[in-house]
Amino acid sequence: MLWNLPFITVVVLTLIGLVTVLLKKNIIKILLGINILESAVNLFLIALGYREGGVAPIFTLAPSELMVLPTPQALVLTSIVIGVATSALILSFAMVLQKKYGTVDIDKIRRLHG
Amino acid sequence: MSRIVRTAADILYPTILIFGLYIVAHGHLTPGGGFQGGAVIATGGALVIVAYSYKEVTGWLKKHVLLGQEVIGLFGFIGVGLLALAFGQVFFFNYLAGSGSLFGMPVPYGINAGELNTAGVLPLMNFAVGIEVWGGLTIVILYMLSGLEKEGC
Amino acid sequence: MTFADFIVTNAPALLVAIPLFAAFLCPVMGKISSTVRNLWVMGMMLVTAAVAFILAYRVFATGPVLYVFGAAAANLAVPLDSMGIPIRIIFTMDAMSAFMGIICAIVGTSVLLYSLSSESRNSSLEGYYTLFFLMITGVFGMVSTGDLFNFFVFLEILSLASAGMIAYRIDGGLAVEAALKYFVLSTLGAILVLFAIGIYYGQYDALNIAMIAQRMQFSLLDKIALVLLVAALAMKCGAVPLHFWTPDAYSMAPSSVTAFLVVASQASLYGLFRVVFTMYNITMNCVTVGWIIIILGVLSMVVGVTMAIPQKDVKRLMAYHAISQTGYMLLGIGVGLAVLGNAALSSAFGFMAMEGGIFHIFNHAMYKGLLFLTAGAIFYRIGTRDLNKMGGLGHNMKYTMIFFVIGALAIAGIPPFNGFASKLMIYESVYLFNPLLAIIAMVVSILTLASFVKVFHAIFMGPKLPEYADVKEAPLPMLVGMGILAAIVILFGLFPQPVVDMIVAPAAHALVDQGGYIASVLGGA
Repeated sequence: MLWNLPFITVVVLTLIGLVTVLLKKNIIKILLGINILESAVNLFLIALGYREGGVAPIFTLAPSELMVLPTPQALVLTSIVIGVATSALILSFAMVLQKKYGTVDIDKIRRLHG
Repeated sequence: MSRIVRTAADILYPTILIFGLYIVAHGHLTPGGGFQGGAVIATGGALVIVAYSYKEVTGWLKKHVLLGQEVIGLFGFIGVGLLALAFGQVFFFNYLAGSGSLFGMPVPYGINAGELNTAGVLPLMNFAVGIEVWGGLTIVILYMLSGLEKEGC
Repeated sequence: MTFADFIVTNAPALLVAIPLFAAFLCPVMGKISSTVRNLWVMGMMLVTAAVAFILAYRVFATGPVLYVFGAAAANLAVPLDSMGIPIRIIFTMDAMSAFMGIICAIVGTSVLLYSLSSESRNSSLEGYYTLFFLMITGVFGMVSTGDLFNFFVFLEILSLASAGMIAYRIDGGLAVEAALKYFVLSTLGAILVLFAIGIYYGQYDALNIAMIAQRMQFSLLDKIALVLLVAALAMKCGAVPLHFWTPDAYSMAPSSVTAFLVVASQASLYGLFRVVFTMYNITMNCVTVGWIIIILGVLSMVVGVTMAIPQKDVKRLMAYHAISQTGYMLLGIGVGLAVLGNAALSSAFGFMAMEGGIFHIFNHAMYKGLLFLTAGAIFYRIGTRDLNKMGGLGHNMKYTMIFFVIGALAIAGIPPFNGFASKLMIYESVYLFNPLLAIIAMVVSILTLASFVKVFHAIFMGPKLPEYADVKEAPLPMLVGMGILAAIVILFGLFPQPVVDMIVAPAAHALVDQGGYIASVLGGA
């Protein structure tokens, strides 16, 4: 049961992230919900690579030769970069919307409909 | 901000710069590489903006210099990949590894203390990406913090 | 080797390297002068289109083309000392990828010609062209890659560049609101795709599409991954339960960008087909998944056309029609999928349904792009998109009216234009599968025609209005861009059979043939 702890954390983080994105009204809080979802997926990918008794997959002065899988770490690195770009873009959208509409509440930013 | 904060930012900014460049340069041996090192350097820019005001900082960190850095970094990355095509190899082939020239020392087998002179094209690409991310993220921070007009707020 | 050999061998890499190179140097060219920048972007786009056509010719002539990044030789997918595992990122271009590549090249060139004059009044054009080339890189990368995580990376590049371009004309905040809706939904979809990739990696220890296809057992985790991928990719192409971003994003973006966003949605549709046909094929329950895709298609068709009728904004109306036409593609491919396991039915009508769906992808990109470009030309000249304010433009803008008529007749499926050819194939085969679906499709087609007759009457017919007395025809680059698409609409409508034999049938064969795909990558295992 203890060995499933990373995956249980993934599920909890995903639920928190989804609830935040779906129920909150402020754009910044929705962005934070998206960030929590990204963290959940990154944790899921890294936890897949764990091998019992393994150390970090770095050859420089490694303590032992049994290492965890390095491929998911490369995938997560790319995903973190994409997450940074996503956050920067949504924040800049929020800045422009604040200047033009005067609010960041998504219930009031609703001029396009129908 | 007060004199203590400004002095600390003065001392810390070059330290952050050197630490970031260290992470970029040793990307093929220790955890790190282009994006991580560039992001560390960009946080140095954020520190300086918090300590001083936006107007003073834009006098030091000029946007067109940072934009030029971004273009040079991107062009270097794609150029290194396209040079492999010019040598008759496949795109992104590591033509410097094990060849004895610039970063081309053969890697010692097994667990060792790490040689900086190895891994071929990878440190060049790390530098290109590091410079590009430094320029790009600092421009993003400058644009977003342009609303901080007076000091100490 | 000679220059021609060099281009032909390295064509898949050049297909993404040249647009990236062009994107990164656009700001520098913009600083020199605007004429240099226009020449640079036009030249680079023509080079990219040429590479796409050369590569498509090679794929249709000799079979799938592999390109392995960073290997010792370009088609060495499995390194000699890796015990049979393809460890590098590869680009696997089979006939379906080449087909989508041709679509992207043609629409990209026309849109770039068009935007040379339609965007000339705006500022910060370096950002526009940089993001445009990044969108082109994203689409070419998505349709060529043979590696699942590489597909995710290009999908994200495409989403980010598209979101930036939708918000390009800030328009008092309306365009930014549309881009925000599009981007938040896109990011949620991308996170679902990443979850599915994690599930595949954890089970099969492989990210290569051919490797996962070879090792696929349809376990419970694979079912979850299939659901996640279908949901995320159907969201990205505008299928019905998740279509809410489409009207806002398509109407608020600049028209050239909208015409290219249609291609971007179809690249996500390609991703859906690649997952369902090449990775799963008959290991899954074809009938259930086929029926789910058919239901999504029928819902899209009906909801799209009924929501389009009361619209007053011409681009919003066209966006709802885009949703409806996506439903046709999903219907055709869904029927093909549902009979995939049954060889007799599949050769009787299933294969024709797939050919119809795939041909419809091509035709839709052409005539929808043409319609959006004409709407953009009208907006460029008179500054409004509201149908109630327009009228009598047929006197002033004759060429634009002709192009609009060609596009409207094509989308309704009227004979000499290309919409008729693909819709006829879909009607015939879907009728043999289930007559009710074919009747729904035909009714939707009639409603589409009715909707476009209304739009045509509102914009072009009627007396000359006094406020539009001195409206001139659209500028020449815009007319040339629209002319390329219109010529293809007419040409493919007059001679559909050669097109189906040369381009569409190989693409459909390549999509269904999972064994051939795996053999071309892993070397005949």
